[in-house]
Amino acid sequence: MVDTKTDNDYILKVTDLNVVLQNQTIIDNISFEVKRGTSLAIIGPNGAGKTVLLKTLFNLIPYTGKIEWSDNLKIGYVPQALTAQGIPISVREFLSLKNRSKANDALESVGLDSKSILDKLLGVLSGGQLRRVLIAWAIIDKPDILLLDEPTAGVDIDSEEAIYEMLKRFTNANHITLILISHNIHIVREFSDYILALNKCIIFFGKSQEIMNPELQRKIYGEAHICIYEPVVSI
Amino acid sequence: MIETIIYSLLVATAIGLAAGYLGSIMVLEKMALVGDALSHVALPGLAIGILFNFNPFFGAFIFLFASAIIIWHIQRVTKLSFDTIVGSTFTLALAIGVLLVPTPDLLEALFGDISKIEAFDAVLAITVSIIAIVLTRFIYKKIVLSLISEELAVSTGVSIAWTNLLYLLLVSLVVAIGIRITGTLLVGYLVVTPAAAAKTISSNLYRYMTLSSIFGAVSAFSGVLLSNYFTLPPGPLVVLSGIAIFGVVLVLRWSKIITNV
Repeated sequence: MVDTKTDNDYILKVTDLNVVLQNQTIIDNISFEVKRGTSLAIIGPNGAGKTVLLKTLFNLIPYTGKIEWSDNLKIGYVPQALTAQGIPISVREFLSLKNRSKANDALESVGLDSKSILDKLLGVLSGGQLRRVLIAWAIIDKPDILLLDEPTAGVDIDSEEAIYEMLKRFTNANHITLILISHNIHIVREFSDYILALNKCIIFFGKSQEIMNPELQRKIYGEAHICIYEPVVSI
Repeated sequence: MIETIIYSLLVATAIGLAAGYLGSIMVLEKMALVGDALSHVALPGLAIGILFNFNPFFGAFIFLFASAIIIWHIQRVTKLSFDTIVGSTFTLALAIGVLLVPTPDLLEALFGDISKIEAFDAVLAITVSIIAIVLTRFIYKKIVLSLISEELAVSTGVSIAWTNLLYLLLVSLVVAIGIRITGTLLVGYLVVTPAAAAKTISSNLYRYMTLSSIFGAVSAFSGVLLSNYFTLPPGPLVVLSGIAIFGVVLVLRWSKIITNV
């Protein structure tokens, strides 16, 4: 069950989490904790269960175990993909679905010129613009925690760095906790405090600088890994 | 006679407005077949009303409600698209309905008849249309958000399953009253074509839903007006009016006289 009571220091506690979909184990008995105001990157190869984990934290996927969020949380979320094509909705209308009055501010925060973009259809935006609009959506009502599923997918390298710089500034300034999924280990090292390496179970949990260790990279991306039970890991 | 014509035009406008409004979601949801198939389900309900001598609208209504709940439940369990579920299940209802409806009433049930409309029918149809529009307005944004991303919708507290159920029930309601004008064969059109025309030229959601409602109302109004003038069944004339609007919109779009409004 999703609960909303944890110690004040921690914004999220996950205990003995298991996800089985169509008789396949996707998440195998993982436990971890996330401290308020920190940033955590979830990494792992394709099919490791990263997106499933993020969706499970939202209660979108059935699971066993315990997910405890701290009380009265406002969550901002950026999904990996969305269906904007074929829906005649403008950026203004999209952001208004969440907060009518702060669309301009949110767009300026993510480096977009609100005047030129507000009346464009969501479906005609470039990949980079769309990702920024999605981040604007996530931060529009000053959340306590941001969950970002590959927030820069399909974005060129320069824009990717700019988006993460902006995110870092915004989360630090507003003491926002960040959980993100990324495949870019340089981004992970630069812009997150901790990493959780996942391949059904937790392979590694620790400081993000560790990701540059070739031995660890091989362990995460290169070798078949056998999951064994590990106790709660925390930061 | 004049009273009946006025009632029929009022009813047509109200139903066209509601059908266009709800239909704008249906086209976005890629549920175009749902309105069509649901209308087929109404036929056995109409038949029971005719056979047992009570208002066929209520018979259709009960069948449509039950069907909407069944579709919704199957979709939740199987995760199949709404179109797939109704396409594979409910054509059967049309066959059963055609066999059950007495032959003299069949043409009316299939293609509509608004010539015998009375004050009660008019008040009922207008009230139901207003209720359907008002309730849909409450869930419109939630549905659009869930179409863009289910995760985004859930993250803002939207219950997608319950929102979909309410929407299907409201569609059933509009289909049940729309049958009076277009008949069971053509009511699916009334829900889909105005929205398709509006989508071609809309530059945002507000204009899309507004244009869809207006196109629905204009095509229903003009179809019923022509029906009264030529003493022909209203259903086919409503469809022709709507297709004419769609055709004009397409020509204006292709000739770049209008781009997006």
